[in-house]
Amino acid sequence: MKVNDLILQTVTTILSFLIITFSIYIFFAGHYTPGGGFIGGLMTSAALVLLLLAFDMKTVKTVFPINFMTVSAIGLLICVLTGVGAMFFNAPFLTHTFGYETFPILGETALATSTIFDIGVYLIVVGVAMTIIQTIGESE
Amino acid sequence: MSNLVILPILIPLLAGTILLFFPRQLHFQKWISVIALSLTTISSIVLVQTVFNNGIQTLELGGWKPPFGIVLVADMFSALLVLTGIVVSFTCILFAFKSIGEDREKHYFYAFAQFLITGVMGAFLTGDLFNLFVFFEVFLMASYALIVIGGTKIQLRETLKYVLINVISSALFVISVAYIYAVLGTLNMADLGARVAEYGQTPLLTVIAILFLVVFGLKGGIFPLYFWLPGAYKAPPYAVTALFGALLTKVGVYAIFRMFSVIFTHEPQITHQIIAVLAGITILIGAIGAVAYSDVKQIIIYNIVTAIGVIVFGVVIATEIGYAGAIYYLVHDMVIKGALFLLAGAMFTITGTNKIKEMGGLIKRHPLLGWMFFLAALALAGIPPLSGFVGKVLLTQAGLSEGHYWFVAVMLLSSLLVLYSVMKIFLNCFFREEVLTEKEEKGSIKGLVYPSVILIAISVFLGVGAEVVTPYIMQAAETLADPTAYIQAVLKE
Repeated sequence: MKVNDLILQTVTTILSFLIITFSIYIFFAGHYTPGGGFIGGLMTSAALVLLLLAFDMKTVKTVFPINFMTVSAIGLLICVLTGVGAMFFNAPFLTHTFGYETFPILGETALATSTIFDIGVYLIVVGVAMTIIQTIGESE
Repeated sequence: MSNLVILPILIPLLAGTILLFFPRQLHFQKWISVIALSLTTISSIVLVQTVFNNGIQTLELGGWKPPFGIVLVADMFSALLVLTGIVVSFTCILFAFKSIGEDREKHYFYAFAQFLITGVMGAFLTGDLFNLFVFFEVFLMASYALIVIGGTKIQLRETLKYVLINVISSALFVISVAYIYAVLGTLNMADLGARVAEYGQTPLLTVIAILFLVVFGLKGGIFPLYFWLPGAYKAPPYAVTALFGALLTKVGVYAIFRMFSVIFTHEPQITHQIIAVLAGITILIGAIGAVAYSDVKQIIIYNIVTAIGVIVFGVVIATEIGYAGAIYYLVHDMVIKGALFLLAGAMFTITGTNKIKEMGGLIKRHPLLGWMFFLAALALAGIPPLSGFVGKVLLTQAGLSEGHYWFVAVMLLSSLLVLYSVMKIFLNCFFREEVLTEKEEKGSIKGLVYPSVILIAISVFLGVGAEVVTPYIMQAAETLADPTAYIQAVLKE
């Protein structure tokens, strides 16, 4: 018997966008309010898992043709390189700095190098969570 | 401020990260590994020399002053262990090139090895208790992967036990850290040492000290917490066992030295007395195990246990000479255990078995392997021109002058048993009549012997060149015997 999951799939297409948007919001909010790279990454992978539940592995792989192992490797590289970057300015490893910039639409915004580190964390979490789920899902 | 201190951690971490991108390009994997390990070796040589000339080096990560930020500290003890650790891992990786097999290599073997080295180097260099925990987890995670990679039945079974034991001991570690934070309100080791010195070591702190002893005893393999070690180290291939045997237990020993020489030094009649009894029994258990088995790998594994007991006793003696002996023995033991495992790995490649009874007459076609094993066996037992001698002499001397007569007796007796156990391998496997003809040999050992030749050369140098090495060892022993230098270097009071 073929299961009709039209409702699940329709709702998922809308919801996954909402969840990803919220995860990005939570990621950027991390400096001043609860949130940050870890929970943001986990929520993004939750959206991807929802897609995996509603559709099958192949469909998700055609939508996101990404090797998630590489994603976490890129994240790790970003994390390490933000630390190394400080060494070029003759500061101790992992020294972070921040500054204020004025942008056309956003106005005056605080930019911190620790955000780059957090992007690394975000990518690692997404990569690792998705690698685990896909590996278990694919193994017979 | 010197970023030099972070290089032995940073280079393997970067290399491991890069290796994650190209798991299939095996030549690339090997080249990156070799380049990273050479760079790390060079940077740790520079580190040792800098510490020797300019005293203790610290690096305040992110520019935050201790005790508020994380601080990396390289005193001579750490620096020497970093250098020895990286040299031994270098040779293990060289051994792995020829022996580990394509299947394992494609499953991120070299990346995991780099992460293991990252964790070990970090544990040696950190000056912060929670950071020590994190680095312990880094190398334990990598070791879980290395021990299970390949997925044979025995590996799966032993990995389960190994992971279980280490998860429990890590949980205990976190609990101990929580207790000490609740009592003293800081996690920086130097600051902890200063506060315990100031307020006195209350009974509560002594209990926490013993809890830490249990944690690091589990990691390091002290009686009665060594029970997981023989099985777990038997499971993976020789290159991995050599890496584990030379590095992992020694990190537990290093942590015991740090804890009981910097922080918990004020109630030695309780804590150090317990360590003394446990170390003595550990030596005996290891020696008994080494004599009892007729399996090459198992014999060398039990010799690790013996050596742990001998080294840990240095903390009990707690004089400069005692520490110097323990450090000398620690450095020697990392080198020689690596060499022994690599030689046994080559023997396994030839014969396809670990059983002494199924080998014989290897010396006819493999004289270099045979005589290298002979030298390693003598060095392990502590025969004069080789490296094991100096450490044991210093320990004997310090033990006698401090009145630890029974320890000296046990240690010297264990040397005999250790010598007997490895000579049993040498005489039975290399002499007797030949078991295998040339055609029956399971594999070629081309390129498998020279990593252990490097290690044995270092061991000979440690013994013959004791005059050169001793100033470094003595400097390391000085900071251990007098922790105020360490505390002042970190807190800059």
